[in-house]
Amino acid sequence: MGLAGGLQLSNQDYEVNKMKYEAVIGLEVHVQLDTSSKMFTRVGTGFGRPPNTLTNPVVLGLPGALPVMNLDAIEKSIKVGLLLGCKIASICKWDRKNYFYPDMPKNYQISQFDQPICEGGEVEIEMPGDSPAVMGPHRKVKLTRIHLEEDVGKLTHFESDSLVDYNRAGCPLLEIVSEPDLFSPDEVFAYLTSIRNSLVSAGISDCDMEKGQLRCDANISVRPVGTDTLGTKVEIKNLNTISGVRNGVEYEIRRQTKAMNEGEPIIQETRRWNPDQKYTTPMRTKEMAHDYRYFPDPDLMPVQIEQEWIDRILLELPEKPFDKQRRYQSEMQLPYTSTSALCGDRPLCEYFEEAAVLTQVPSKVANWVVNDLLRELAQNTVHNEDSTAEVVTLGNCKVSPVALAELVNLIEDGTISNNVAKELFPEMFTSGKPAKELIKEKGLEMKSDGDEIETLCSRAISDDPDASEKFRGGKEGAINALKGAVMKATRGQANPKIVDETLRRLLSS
Amino acid sequence: MDQSNLTSATATDLAHFLDKGSCSSIEITRAFIERVKTVDDRIHAFLHLDEEDMLAQANASDQRRAKGETLSSLDGIPVGMKDVISVEGQPLTAASKILENYISPYDATVTRKLKEAGVVIGGRLNLDEFAMGSSTENSAYGPTRNPWNLDCVPGGSSGGSSAAVAAREVPLSLGSDTGGSIRQPASLCGVVGMKPTYGMVSRYGLAAFASSLDQIGPFAQTVEDAALLLEVISGHDPMDSTSFPTEVPRYSSEIQSPISPCKLGLPAEFFGTGMDDEVRKSIEDAIKFYESKGFEIVQVSLPCTDLSIPVYYVIATAEASSNLARYDGIRYTSRSLKAENAIDVYSKSRGEGLGEEVKRRCILGAYALSSGYYDAYYLRAQKTRTLIRKDFEKVFEQVDAVLTPTSPTPAFKFGEKSDDPISMYLSDVYTISTNLAGLPGISIPCGFSDSGLPIGMQLIGRAFEESHLLSIAQVFDQEHGFGRRAPTL
Repeated sequence: MGLAGGLQLSNQDYEVNKMKYEAVIGLEVHVQLDTSSKMFTRVGTGFGRPPNTLTNPVVLGLPGALPVMNLDAIEKSIKVGLLLGCKIASICKWDRKNYFYPDMPKNYQISQFDQPICEGGEVEIEMPGDSPAVMGPHRKVKLTRIHLEEDVGKLTHFESDSLVDYNRAGCPLLEIVSEPDLFSPDEVFAYLTSIRNSLVSAGISDCDMEKGQLRCDANISVRPVGTDTLGTKVEIKNLNTISGVRNGVEYEIRRQTKAMNEGEPIIQETRRWNPDQKYTTPMRTKEMAHDYRYFPDPDLMPVQIEQEWIDRILLELPEKPFDKQRRYQSEMQLPYTSTSALCGDRPLCEYFEEAAVLTQVPSKVANWVVNDLLRELAQNTVHNEDSTAEVVTLGNCKVSPVALAELVNLIEDGTISNNVAKELFPEMFTSGKPAKELIKEKGLEMKSDGDEIETLCSRAISDDPDASEKFRGGKEGAINALKGAVMKATRGQANPKIVDETLRRLLSS
Repeated sequence: MDQSNLTSATATDLAHFLDKGSCSSIEITRAFIERVKTVDDRIHAFLHLDEEDMLAQANASDQRRAKGETLSSLDGIPVGMKDVISVEGQPLTAASKILENYISPYDATVTRKLKEAGVVIGGRLNLDEFAMGSSTENSAYGPTRNPWNLDCVPGGSSGGSSAAVAAREVPLSLGSDTGGSIRQPASLCGVVGMKPTYGMVSRYGLAAFASSLDQIGPFAQTVEDAALLLEVISGHDPMDSTSFPTEVPRYSSEIQSPISPCKLGLPAEFFGTGMDDEVRKSIEDAIKFYESKGFEIVQVSLPCTDLSIPVYYVIATAEASSNLARYDGIRYTSRSLKAENAIDVYSKSRGEGLGEEVKRRCILGAYALSSGYYDAYYLRAQKTRTLIRKDFEKVFEQVDAVLTPTSPTPAFKFGEKSDDPISMYLSDVYTISTNLAGLPGISIPCGFSDSGLPIGMQLIGRAFEESHLLSIAQVFDQEHGFGRRAPTL
């Protein structure tokens, strides 16, 4: 279509137009629920299996096959609704969305039309702060509804024909629909991040966009700044990566802004984002929209959602990531950088809390977790002594929260220095040996014996009269040279506090 | 034992023969296969008969019996299947060209239950394509003929199932009933046919026509046999979310104990114009019989009866338009050789593979569900359906069962109604409201016309009270046994 060059705005023009026009964005986020079986039959779910192996008569829509509800999918949907503050429907009812397409074995999709399982609700988002170390402003984005539907198969197109894989067909898929309540690509990014953090930490889904577990369509319009009415809406499809969403939304805002600025009409249509060429192209206009002929699915009885069910799920509801972040900051005095590294990852938070309660210094534990533990985990593979290798995750990591707490406490009580601990940690990670054992093996206890340290300090003073003189003359920094000499003599194991005290006493006498 | 004695026997008799050891399942099965070979070129009840498979099942049954491991009283007795019910490894065409090459890879729940009872599953029986019709004239593989008069239709859509029992090609068969598709052909062929309460028999494995109306049910010579087969196929199925969690009574033993006379209702709306005089006469005789047995006959009213046909043709076609969308030429259905692109695959495969009546109903149904028409058609029809159900609820406060004719006329001639869909639709006028209300209904042979065509009476009962309904039917059937009479072929 050759739209790319022609429609691109220079950044300067864009910035100018940004003052004049405002984008309004609504997102439809599809999330695959992590259930062990499909939504309406007992076939398993999974990514990357050989094509068409996760099928049965129900998935394939064979004559006579009937759907039966997987209650786990409803339970997980209610959980999402509660996490996002939605009103949960008292009845979960099913409708058929009819259209012909080869990715749907029945040529209808079981979905929810007029009675979504969740209504309303909001997603708390955080915008970037002034620096990565500072918490950014928070805002709540309104949701319209959340409904549950079955996923469709996956089509792969070749030159003369197409192949279809039904492994994904019939997997439970949650559609989270926002109000037109997002106003920039950054907000869209923050919104997706927040949804992903909430759902991953609640065990709802892995939300891996590469695996199609989280997909997103965006409805975008622009309007002059200061107006309230919504402009003509354009739906963007095929936003399949986080960067794709950001780039696609930004491109479309630029395209519409330019059109509006030049007085060109914006057509209500569906456009496709082409990630390689980085532009959107028209797919279909409003006139070509499907009539889905929705009607209640006669094969499925509506499921009653009793208050007791909701109450039980409420009790099991995990803390929301942003609430946890606020709690870590206020109750445990964790710095923002630590909390932002921790709070998107629920197992990591659990690990941290388990270790933190065994110490008096949660912020130091947090430092160990987000710096040292995450660094070792990022390297991911441990080579054992018998030359086998294994992939290490938090789940099978050899440093338990208890072991980490012990390490931190050994620093706190002066048994080892921080530097020694930093050296020990990678070894604990590979060998699984507790810190105490390694310290004993290597003779790494900190030397706090007063007489020995005094002897070494005296020697350092006499070995370096120049430094001693300078210190006595008021140069505070000169003492470091003397400390360094003592540390060198003890291979770093002397208790720095005692060394400091001893040197000062000897130098002042 | 003589083969004709075996094929004319009821299932109950055959079970006795097997118990006494006076014949084997192999002998019974062979006798019926021979009968099919002798008469079915005239009847055309069968679309497919897997002789080898049937004999293997019969052989297995005989071996079980020899070891004293008989599974049920129907163990070793053949049951024919309407060609919309899945049997693993057997074809399922639904009498449609589009499923010409489809072999079902799985068993319907009723099939599984029959297998667990040791039944010899035999033969795929003809029908109107996708169970849409009242004469089997809509079969893509040619119509079935009425064994009582080969110039007449057997009724439909389960015409193959009713004709096969009437022609003594099988002792029992299964059909499906969406608006009368078991009861009307049972009536026209002079056999017993029953549609159970919606939710009583699993629909899993039944190629759907209209999901909220379809029910599988039995055909037999007698009420007793129908009860025997019904108790095997009934019961809650976790694979069908519309199946009802209820205990299945032993119908066959319950109907043996005499019931005290109760109240039968005659709905005024069913006895108006349009009923054939000979049908009226037979029904009046049946009413007199029940009176003579001490039953109280009560005039009742079902005021919404005249709405049932329009309501049915909105709901059933709407559901069908969606249910049949899967037959698209993409996967297991026949693909048009003329298709040149994706849209062609759909339109040409369906255009060539589906018959006129099926296409008519899919188009009607899609229209009724279309944006802007949904409220006026589908939603309104659903609301009216509730009124029809409430009509019955009121009537069942007064009476135990409703007695009506099953069909306004005896069997009609081929071509008589096939050019006029509306007049064909009207032949289901007495049966449709039962499906809309989800109630059990049974058709029992209650006489013959002067020209020798069977006439059927319908009894409609309360939901999930099949036992009571069968007992009321049994009072008539054990005295008259019109279904024991066989046509000369």
